[in-house]
Amino acid sequence: MSLRLKALTKSIWVYHMSTGSCNNCDIEILDMLTPRFDVERFGITLVGSIRHADAILVTGSLNLKTIPRIKAIYEQAPKPCVVIAIGVCACGQGMFKNGPNCPNPVDSVLPVDVYIPGCPPKPEAMIAGVVKLIEKLKGKK
Amino acid sequence: MTKLLFNFLIFPGFLFTVVFGLAANWIDRKVTARIQWRVGPPWYQPLIDLVKLSIKEITIPRTASKELFLLSPMIGLSAATLVSTLVWLPNIDRVSTGFSGDIIVIVYLLTLPAIAVILGASASGNPLASLGASREIKMVIAYELPFIISLVVPVIKSHGVLKLSDIINYQAAHGSFVASLSGMIAFIVMIFCMQAKLGLVPFDASEAETEIMGGVLIEYSGMLLAIFKLTKAMLMVALPLFLITLFWQGFNFLSIWKYVILLVIIILIRNTNPRVRIDQAVGFFWGKMTLLAILAVLLAIKGM
Repeated sequence: MSLRLKALTKSIWVYHMSTGSCNNCDIEILDMLTPRFDVERFGITLVGSIRHADAILVTGSLNLKTIPRIKAIYEQAPKPCVVIAIGVCACGQGMFKNGPNCPNPVDSVLPVDVYIPGCPPKPEAMIAGVVKLIEKLKGKK
Repeated sequence: MTKLLFNFLIFPGFLFTVVFGLAANWIDRKVTARIQWRVGPPWYQPLIDLVKLSIKEITIPRTASKELFLLSPMIGLSAATLVSTLVWLPNIDRVSTGFSGDIIVIVYLLTLPAIAVILGASASGNPLASLGASREIKMVIAYELPFIISLVVPVIKSHGVLKLSDIINYQAAHGSFVASLSGMIAFIVMIFCMQAKLGLVPFDASEAETEIMGGVLIEYSGMLLAIFKLTKAMLMVALPLFLITLFWQGFNFLSIWKYVILLVIIILIRNTNPRVRIDQAVGFFWGKMTLLAILAVLLAIKGM
Protein backbone atom coordinates (compact mmCIF):
# COMPACT_ATOMS: atom_id res chain seq x y z
CA MET A 1 0.00 0.00 0.00
CA SER A 2 2.78 2.41 0.85
CA LEU A 3 4.57 1.77 -2.47
CA ARG A 4 1.30 2.49 -4.25
CA LEU A 5 0.87 5.77 -2.42
CA LYS A 6 4.50 6.71 -2.92
CA ALA A 7 4.26 6.01 -6.64
CA LEU A 8 1.10 8.08 -6.91
CA THR A 9 2.47 11.06 -5.01
CA LYS A 10 6.01 11.04 -6.39
CA SER A 11 5.01 11.13 -10.03
CA ILE A 12 2.10 13.49 -10.62
CA TRP A 13 1.49 14.14 -14.31
CA VAL A 14 -0.73 17.16 -14.70
CA TYR A 15 -3.15 18.05 -17.44
CA HIS A 16 -3.94 21.69 -17.89
CA MET A 17 -7.58 22.60 -18.55
CA SER A 18 -8.51 26.21 -19.13
CA THR A 19 -12.23 26.86 -18.78
CA GLY A 20 -12.27 30.38 -20.14
CA SER A 21 -9.53 31.97 -18.10
CA CYS A 22 -7.70 35.19 -18.91
CA ASN A 23 -4.42 33.21 -19.45
CA ASN A 24 -2.84 34.71 -16.37
CA CYS A 25 -3.06 31.58 -14.24
CA ASP A 26 -1.95 29.48 -17.23
CA ILE A 27 1.23 31.49 -17.59
CA GLU A 28 1.92 31.11 -13.88
CA ILE A 29 1.41 27.34 -14.18
CA LEU A 30 4.04 27.20 -16.91
CA ASP A 31 6.26 29.23 -14.60
CA MET A 32 6.49 26.21 -12.32
CA LEU A 33 8.42 24.29 -14.99
CA THR A 34 11.07 26.99 -15.39
CA PRO A 35 14.56 26.73 -13.80
CA ARG A 36 13.56 28.86 -10.85
CA PHE A 37 10.94 26.47 -9.51
CA ASP A 38 11.54 23.25 -11.52
CA VAL A 39 8.76 20.96 -10.30
CA GLU A 40 10.26 18.09 -12.30
CA ARG A 41 12.41 17.60 -9.20
CA PHE A 42 9.29 16.10 -7.62
CA GLY A 43 8.27 14.17 -10.71
CA ILE A 44 5.60 16.63 -11.78
CA THR A 45 5.40 17.00 -15.56
CA LEU A 46 2.90 18.55 -17.92
CA VAL A 47 1.30 16.06 -20.32
CA GLY A 48 -0.67 16.73 -23.48
CA SER A 49 -3.31 14.01 -23.25
CA ILE A 50 -5.86 13.51 -20.49
CA ARG A 51 -5.30 9.73 -20.70
CA HIS A 52 -1.80 10.19 -19.25
CA ALA A 53 -2.84 12.57 -16.47
CA ASP A 54 -3.03 12.10 -12.70
CA ALA A 55 -4.19 15.62 -11.87
CA ILE A 56 -6.36 18.10 -13.73
CA LEU A 57 -5.51 21.76 -13.20
CA VAL A 58 -8.65 23.79 -13.76
CA THR A 59 -8.25 27.51 -14.37
CA GLY A 60 -10.81 30.14 -15.21
CA SER A 61 -14.45 30.79 -14.47
CA LEU A 62 -16.42 27.83 -15.73
CA ASN A 63 -18.65 29.18 -18.49
CA LEU A 64 -21.64 27.50 -20.09
CA LYS A 65 -19.74 26.28 -23.16
CA THR A 66 -17.02 24.52 -21.18
CA ILE A 67 -19.25 22.66 -18.68
CA PRO A 68 -19.92 19.65 -21.00
CA ARG A 69 -16.26 19.67 -22.07
CA ILE A 70 -14.87 19.55 -18.57
CA LYS A 71 -17.31 16.80 -17.63
CA ALA A 72 -16.14 14.78 -20.65
CA ILE A 73 -12.50 15.45 -19.75
CA TYR A 74 -13.01 14.26 -16.18
CA GLU A 75 -14.80 11.10 -17.33
CA GLN A 76 -11.99 10.33 -19.78
CA ALA A 77 -9.29 10.60 -17.13
CA PRO A 78 -7.98 7.26 -15.82
CA LYS A 79 -8.66 6.99 -12.10
CA PRO A 80 -7.27 7.73 -9.49
CA CYS A 81 -7.25 11.34 -10.61
CA VAL A 82 -7.39 14.54 -8.58
CA VAL A 83 -8.75 17.95 -9.51
CA ILE A 84 -6.93 21.16 -8.53
CA ALA A 85 -8.72 24.48 -8.91
CA ILE A 86 -6.22 27.28 -9.60
CA GLY A 87 -7.02 30.95 -9.40
CA VAL A 88 -9.82 32.81 -7.72
CA CYS A 89 -12.13 32.33 -10.71
CA ALA A 90 -11.94 28.55 -10.50
CA CYS A 91 -12.15 28.56 -6.70
CA GLY A 92 -15.20 30.74 -6.29
CA GLN A 93 -15.99 32.53 -9.56
CA GLY A 94 -14.23 35.71 -8.45
CA MET A 95 -15.38 38.85 -10.19
CA PHE A 96 -17.68 36.81 -12.48
CA LYS A 97 -19.90 35.84 -9.54
CA ASN A 98 -22.92 37.60 -10.97
CA GLY A 99 -22.03 37.10 -14.63
CA PRO A 100 -24.75 35.60 -16.83
CA ASN A 101 -22.32 33.28 -18.63
CA CYS A 102 -20.69 31.70 -15.60
CA PRO A 103 -23.48 30.53 -13.27
CA ASN A 104 -21.71 27.42 -11.95
CA PRO A 105 -18.60 27.27 -9.77
CA VAL A 106 -16.14 24.47 -10.64
CA ASP A 107 -16.90 22.47 -7.51
CA SER A 108 -20.56 22.16 -8.46
CA VAL A 109 -19.47 20.15 -11.50
CA LEU A 110 -16.28 18.33 -10.43
CA PRO A 111 -15.06 17.00 -7.07
CA VAL A 112 -12.30 19.54 -6.39
CA ASP A 113 -9.50 18.33 -4.08
CA VAL A 114 -7.45 21.49 -3.59
CA TYR A 115 -8.30 25.15 -3.98
CA ILE A 116 -5.41 27.55 -4.72
CA PRO A 117 -6.72 31.14 -4.63
CA GLY A 118 -4.99 34.18 -6.07
CA CYS A 119 -5.30 36.32 -9.15
CA PRO A 120 -3.04 34.78 -10.37
CA PRO A 121 -1.62 32.60 -7.55
CA LYS A 122 2.15 32.72 -7.23
CA PRO A 123 4.07 29.58 -8.20
CA GLU A 124 5.07 29.23 -4.54
CA ALA A 125 1.39 29.14 -3.62
CA MET A 126 0.76 26.42 -6.20
CA ILE A 127 3.65 24.33 -4.91
CA ALA A 128 2.36 24.77 -1.37
CA GLY A 129 -1.08 23.66 -2.58
CA VAL A 130 0.33 20.52 -4.18
CA VAL A 131 2.24 19.74 -0.99
CA LYS A 132 -1.00 20.07 0.99
CA LEU A 133 -2.71 17.77 -1.51
CA ILE A 134 0.02 15.13 -1.06
CA GLU A 135 -0.28 15.39 2.73
CA LYS A 136 -4.05 15.01 2.47
CA LEU A 137 -3.69 11.93 0.29
CA LYS A 138 -1.20 10.41 2.73
CA GLY A 139 -3.44 11.16 5.70
CA LYS A 140 -6.52 9.73 4.05
CA LYS A 141 -5.00 6.37 3.20
CA MET B 1 16.08 -24.46 -23.14
CA THR B 2 16.36 -23.10 -19.59
CA LYS B 3 19.48 -21.21 -20.61
CA LEU B 4 17.67 -19.73 -23.58
CA LEU B 5 14.74 -18.61 -21.42
CA PHE B 6 17.18 -17.17 -18.90
CA ASN B 7 18.92 -15.30 -21.73
CA PHE B 8 15.71 -13.87 -23.08
CA LEU B 9 13.98 -13.01 -19.82
CA ILE B 10 16.69 -12.16 -17.32
CA PHE B 11 20.33 -11.60 -18.07
CA PRO B 12 21.01 -9.91 -21.37
CA GLY B 13 17.35 -9.85 -22.34
CA PHE B 14 14.34 -8.30 -20.71
CA LEU B 15 15.16 -7.56 -17.08
CA PHE B 16 18.76 -6.45 -17.51
CA THR B 17 17.98 -4.26 -20.50
CA VAL B 18 15.07 -2.69 -18.65
CA VAL B 19 17.29 -1.77 -15.70
CA PHE B 20 19.96 -0.44 -18.06
CA GLY B 21 17.35 1.43 -20.11
CA LEU B 22 15.72 3.06 -17.10
CA ALA B 23 19.15 4.26 -15.99
CA ALA B 24 19.73 5.66 -19.48
CA ASN B 25 16.32 7.31 -19.35
CA TRP B 26 17.20 8.94 -16.05
CA ILE B 27 20.54 10.18 -17.45
CA ASP B 28 18.62 11.61 -20.40
CA ARG B 29 16.20 13.51 -18.16
CA LYS B 30 18.89 14.65 -15.75
CA VAL B 31 21.26 15.93 -18.46
CA THR B 32 18.36 17.65 -20.21
CA ALA B 33 17.49 19.36 -16.94
CA ARG B 34 21.09 20.43 -16.35
CA ILE B 35 21.31 21.84 -19.89
CA GLN B 36 18.20 23.87 -19.16
CA TRP B 37 19.76 25.01 -15.86
CA ARG B 38 17.32 23.00 -13.77
CA VAL B 39 17.96 20.38 -11.09
CA GLY B 40 16.14 17.47 -12.65
CA PRO B 41 14.38 14.41 -11.25
CA PRO B 42 15.86 11.95 -8.71
CA TRP B 43 17.38 8.67 -9.90
CA TYR B 44 14.31 6.53 -9.21
CA GLN B 45 11.98 8.76 -11.25
CA PRO B 46 11.62 6.57 -14.42
CA LEU B 47 10.98 3.50 -12.27
CA ILE B 48 8.39 5.21 -10.12
CA ASP B 49 6.69 6.58 -13.23
CA LEU B 50 6.31 3.02 -14.51
CA VAL B 51 5.01 1.79 -11.14
CA LYS B 52 2.49 4.61 -11.04
CA LEU B 53 1.33 3.96 -14.60
CA SER B 54 0.89 0.27 -13.88
CA ILE B 55 -1.49 0.91 -10.98
CA LYS B 56 -3.64 3.36 -12.93
CA GLU B 57 -6.84 2.44 -14.69
CA ILE B 58 -6.66 1.25 -18.32
CA THR B 59 -9.16 3.11 -20.44
CA ILE B 60 -10.29 1.74 -23.79
CA PRO B 61 -12.06 4.22 -26.08
CA ARG B 62 -15.47 3.24 -27.42
CA THR B 63 -14.32 3.80 -31.01
CA ALA B 64 -11.23 1.62 -30.61
CA SER B 65 -10.69 -1.81 -32.10
CA LYS B 66 -10.22 -3.51 -28.77
CA GLU B 67 -8.04 -6.54 -29.54
CA LEU B 68 -5.49 -4.65 -31.63
CA PHE B 69 -5.45 -1.76 -29.14
CA LEU B 70 -4.51 -4.18 -26.35
CA LEU B 71 -2.19 -6.33 -28.45
CA SER B 72 0.05 -3.75 -30.11
CA PRO B 73 2.05 -2.74 -26.96
CA MET B 74 2.87 -6.43 -26.49
CA ILE B 75 4.13 -6.69 -30.09
CA GLY B 76 6.48 -3.76 -29.50
CA LEU B 77 7.71 -5.07 -26.15
CA SER B 78 8.39 -8.59 -27.42
CA ALA B 79 10.27 -7.23 -30.45
CA ALA B 80 12.37 -5.00 -28.19
CA THR B 81 13.14 -7.96 -25.88
CA LEU B 82 14.21 -10.15 -28.80
CA VAL B 83 16.35 -7.47 -30.40
CA SER B 84 18.10 -6.55 -27.17
CA THR B 85 18.91 -10.22 -26.50
CA LEU B 86 20.22 -10.68 -30.04
CA VAL B 87 22.43 -7.60 -29.75
CA TRP B 88 23.70 -8.33 -26.23
CA LEU B 89 24.62 -11.99 -26.70
CA PRO B 90 27.44 -11.60 -29.30
CA ASN B 91 28.93 -8.87 -27.15
CA ILE B 92 29.06 -11.11 -24.09
CA ASP B 93 30.20 -14.33 -25.73
CA ARG B 94 32.03 -13.71 -29.00
CA VAL B 95 32.43 -17.29 -30.12
CA SER B 96 29.36 -19.45 -29.82
CA THR B 97 26.43 -17.05 -30.05
CA GLY B 98 24.47 -15.63 -32.95
CA PHE B 99 23.77 -17.17 -36.32
CA SER B 100 24.63 -16.24 -39.88
CA GLY B 101 22.32 -13.45 -40.98
CA ASP B 102 21.34 -12.17 -37.53
CA ILE B 103 22.00 -8.58 -38.70
CA ILE B 104 19.04 -8.91 -41.09
CA VAL B 105 16.82 -10.29 -38.32
CA ILE B 106 17.84 -7.40 -36.06
CA VAL B 107 16.99 -4.83 -38.77
CA TYR B 108 13.52 -6.33 -39.12
CA LEU B 109 13.00 -6.52 -35.36
CA LEU B 110 14.10 -2.90 -34.92
CA THR B 111 11.28 -1.81 -37.22
CA LEU B 112 8.65 -3.75 -35.27
CA PRO B 113 8.27 -1.30 -32.32
CA ALA B 114 7.46 1.47 -34.79
CA ILE B 115 4.97 -0.83 -36.54
CA ALA B 116 3.41 -1.62 -33.13
CA VAL B 117 3.02 2.09 -32.41
CA ILE B 118 1.40 2.61 -35.82
CA LEU B 119 -0.99 -0.31 -35.27
CA GLY B 120 -1.97 0.83 -31.80
CA ALA B 121 -2.51 4.41 -32.88
CA SER B 122 -4.64 3.38 -35.83
CA ALA B 123 -6.65 1.03 -33.64
CA SER B 124 -7.39 3.69 -31.03
CA GLY B 125 -9.87 5.53 -33.25
CA ASN B 126 -8.65 9.00 -32.36
CA PRO B 127 -8.14 11.48 -35.23
CA LEU B 128 -4.99 12.94 -33.66
CA ALA B 129 -3.60 9.45 -33.14
CA SER B 130 -4.21 8.59 -36.79
CA LEU B 131 -2.45 11.81 -37.76
CA GLY B 132 0.48 10.72 -35.59
CA ALA B 133 0.37 7.25 -37.14
CA SER B 134 0.56 8.66 -40.66
CA ARG B 135 3.56 10.76 -39.62
CA GLU B 136 5.19 7.70 -38.04
CA ILE B 137 4.72 5.73 -41.28
CA LYS B 138 6.38 8.52 -43.26
CA MET B 139 9.19 8.64 -40.72
CA VAL B 140 9.79 4.88 -40.96
CA ILE B 141 9.91 5.11 -44.77
CA ALA B 142 12.29 8.05 -44.47
CA TYR B 143 14.89 6.67 -42.05
CA GLU B 144 14.96 3.03 -43.13
CA LEU B 145 16.60 3.83 -46.48
CA PRO B 146 19.83 5.48 -45.20
CA PHE B 147 19.86 3.08 -42.22
CA ILE B 148 20.00 0.01 -44.42
CA ILE B 149 22.40 1.54 -46.95
CA SER B 150 24.87 2.47 -44.23
CA LEU B 151 24.40 -0.97 -42.67
CA VAL B 152 25.96 -2.38 -45.85
CA VAL B 153 29.26 -0.62 -45.04
CA PRO B 154 30.44 -2.92 -42.19
CA VAL B 155 29.30 -5.93 -44.20
CA ILE B 156 31.43 -4.84 -47.18
CA LYS B 157 34.41 -3.97 -45.00
CA SER B 158 34.38 -7.36 -43.28
CA HIS B 159 34.17 -9.09 -46.71
CA GLY B 160 30.54 -10.15 -46.69
CA VAL B 161 30.03 -11.36 -43.13
CA LEU B 162 26.41 -11.20 -41.96
CA LYS B 163 26.99 -12.36 -38.40
CA LEU B 164 27.45 -9.94 -35.51
CA SER B 165 30.01 -11.98 -33.57
CA ASP B 166 32.13 -12.43 -36.73
CA ILE B 167 32.02 -8.68 -37.35
CA ILE B 168 33.25 -8.05 -33.81
CA ASN B 169 36.05 -10.61 -34.25
CA TYR B 170 37.03 -9.08 -37.61
CA GLN B 171 37.25 -5.65 -36.00
CA ALA B 172 39.26 -7.04 -33.09
CA ALA B 173 41.76 -8.35 -35.64
CA HIS B 174 41.84 -5.43 -38.10
CA GLY B 175 40.83 -2.33 -36.09
CA SER B 176 37.40 -0.81 -35.70
CA PHE B 177 35.51 0.40 -38.77
CA VAL B 178 34.79 3.82 -37.31
CA ALA B 179 38.47 4.66 -37.70
CA SER B 180 38.22 4.52 -41.50
CA LEU B 181 36.63 7.23 -43.63
CA SER B 182 33.69 5.19 -44.93
CA GLY B 183 33.00 3.77 -41.49
CA MET B 184 33.00 7.24 -39.97
CA ILE B 185 30.48 8.57 -42.52
CA ALA B 186 28.20 5.55 -42.13
CA PHE B 187 28.42 5.86 -38.33
CA ILE B 188 27.29 9.50 -38.45
CA VAL B 189 24.38 8.60 -40.73
CA MET B 190 23.45 5.79 -38.34
CA ILE B 191 23.44 8.19 -35.37
CA PHE B 192 20.84 10.39 -37.08
CA CYS B 193 18.77 7.33 -38.03
CA MET B 194 18.99 6.17 -34.41
CA GLN B 195 17.68 9.53 -33.25
CA ALA B 196 14.67 9.09 -35.54
CA LYS B 197 14.15 5.46 -34.52
CA LEU B 198 14.09 6.47 -30.86
CA GLY B 199 11.58 9.22 -31.68
CA LEU B 200 13.64 11.93 -29.98
CA VAL B 201 13.28 15.61 -30.48
CA PRO B 202 14.25 16.74 -33.95
CA PHE B 203 12.31 13.79 -35.36
CA ASP B 204 9.46 13.41 -32.87
CA ALA B 205 6.71 14.78 -35.11
CA SER B 206 4.65 11.62 -34.55
CA GLU B 207 4.15 12.30 -30.86
CA ALA B 208 4.55 16.06 -30.79
CA GLU B 209 3.12 16.99 -27.41
CA THR B 210 2.58 20.66 -28.06
CA GLU B 211 1.02 20.07 -31.45
CA ILE B 212 -1.02 16.86 -31.52
CA MET B 213 -1.03 16.13 -27.76
CA GLY B 214 1.03 12.97 -27.61
CA GLY B 215 -0.03 11.89 -31.10
CA VAL B 216 0.25 8.15 -31.42
CA LEU B 217 0.05 7.52 -27.67
CA ILE B 218 -2.84 9.90 -27.02
CA GLU B 219 -5.44 7.24 -26.08
CA TYR B 220 -3.09 4.95 -24.17
CA SER B 221 -3.23 4.98 -20.40
CA GLY B 222 -2.07 2.96 -17.42
CA MET B 223 -0.24 -0.31 -18.04
CA LEU B 224 -0.34 -0.02 -21.84
CA LEU B 225 1.37 3.36 -21.78
CA ALA B 226 3.91 1.93 -19.34
CA ILE B 227 4.68 -0.86 -21.82
CA PHE B 228 5.26 1.68 -24.59
CA LYS B 229 7.60 3.66 -22.31
CA LEU B 230 9.41 0.43 -21.43
CA THR B 231 9.85 -0.39 -25.12
CA LYS B 232 11.36 3.04 -25.71
CA ALA B 233 13.73 2.57 -22.77
CA MET B 234 14.86 -0.83 -24.05
CA LEU B 235 15.46 0.54 -27.55
CA MET B 236 17.55 3.27 -25.97
CA VAL B 237 19.93 0.49 -24.92
CA ALA B 238 19.64 -1.83 -27.92
CA LEU B 239 20.18 0.74 -30.69
CA PRO B 240 23.41 2.39 -29.44
CA LEU B 241 24.69 -1.09 -28.62
CA PHE B 242 23.93 -2.26 -32.16
CA LEU B 243 25.92 0.69 -33.55
CA ILE B 244 28.85 0.01 -31.22
CA THR B 245 28.81 -3.65 -32.24
CA LEU B 246 28.81 -2.83 -35.95
CA PHE B 247 31.35 -0.03 -36.03
CA TRP B 248 33.25 0.20 -32.76
CA GLN B 249 34.68 -3.21 -31.86
CA GLY B 250 31.75 -4.31 -29.76
CA PHE B 251 30.89 -3.67 -26.16
CA ASN B 252 32.03 -5.10 -22.89
CA PHE B 253 31.55 -3.73 -19.42
CA LEU B 254 34.95 -2.08 -19.38
CA SER B 255 34.08 -0.07 -22.48
CA ILE B 256 30.89 1.43 -21.09
CA TRP B 257 32.28 4.85 -22.03
CA LYS B 258 31.43 4.09 -25.68
CA TYR B 259 27.79 3.75 -24.74
CA VAL B 260 27.93 6.88 -22.58
CA ILE B 261 29.44 8.88 -25.46
CA LEU B 262 26.67 7.77 -27.84
CA LEU B 263 24.01 8.53 -25.21
CA VAL B 264 25.41 12.02 -24.63
CA ILE B 265 25.46 12.66 -28.40
CA ILE B 266 21.80 11.66 -28.60
CA ILE B 267 20.90 13.89 -25.66
CA LEU B 268 22.81 16.86 -27.06
CA ILE B 269 21.16 16.54 -30.48
CA ARG B 270 17.83 16.29 -28.72
CA ASN B 271 18.38 19.40 -26.63
CA THR B 272 19.87 21.71 -29.22
CA ASN B 273 17.44 21.25 -32.09
CA PRO B 274 13.82 22.27 -32.67
CA ARG B 275 11.30 19.77 -33.97
CA VAL B 276 11.35 19.50 -37.77
CA ARG B 277 8.25 19.19 -39.91
CA ILE B 278 7.61 15.78 -41.41
CA ASP B 279 8.45 16.93 -44.95
CA GLN B 280 11.71 18.40 -43.71
CA ALA B 281 12.53 15.10 -41.99
CA VAL B 282 11.82 13.07 -45.13
CA GLY B 283 13.87 15.53 -47.20
CA PHE B 284 16.72 15.29 -44.72
CA PHE B 285 16.85 11.50 -44.74
CA TRP B 286 16.24 10.93 -48.44
CA GLY B 287 18.51 13.80 -49.47
CA LYS B 288 21.66 14.41 -47.47
CA MET B 289 21.67 11.24 -45.39
CA THR B 290 21.09 8.87 -48.31
CA LEU B 291 23.76 10.61 -50.39
CA LEU B 292 26.22 10.34 -47.50
CA ALA B 293 25.35 6.68 -47.02
CA ILE B 294 25.86 5.93 -50.74
CA LEU B 295 29.18 7.80 -50.59
CA ALA B 296 30.20 5.66 -47.62
CA VAL B 297 29.32 2.47 -49.50
CA LEU B 298 31.35 3.59 -52.55
CA LEU B 299 34.32 4.42 -50.32
CA ALA B 300 33.99 1.06 -48.60
CA ILE B 301 34.06 -0.72 -51.96
CA LYS B 302 37.23 1.25 -52.79
CA GLY B 303 38.62 0.00 -49.48
CA MET B 304 38.92 3.34 -47.72
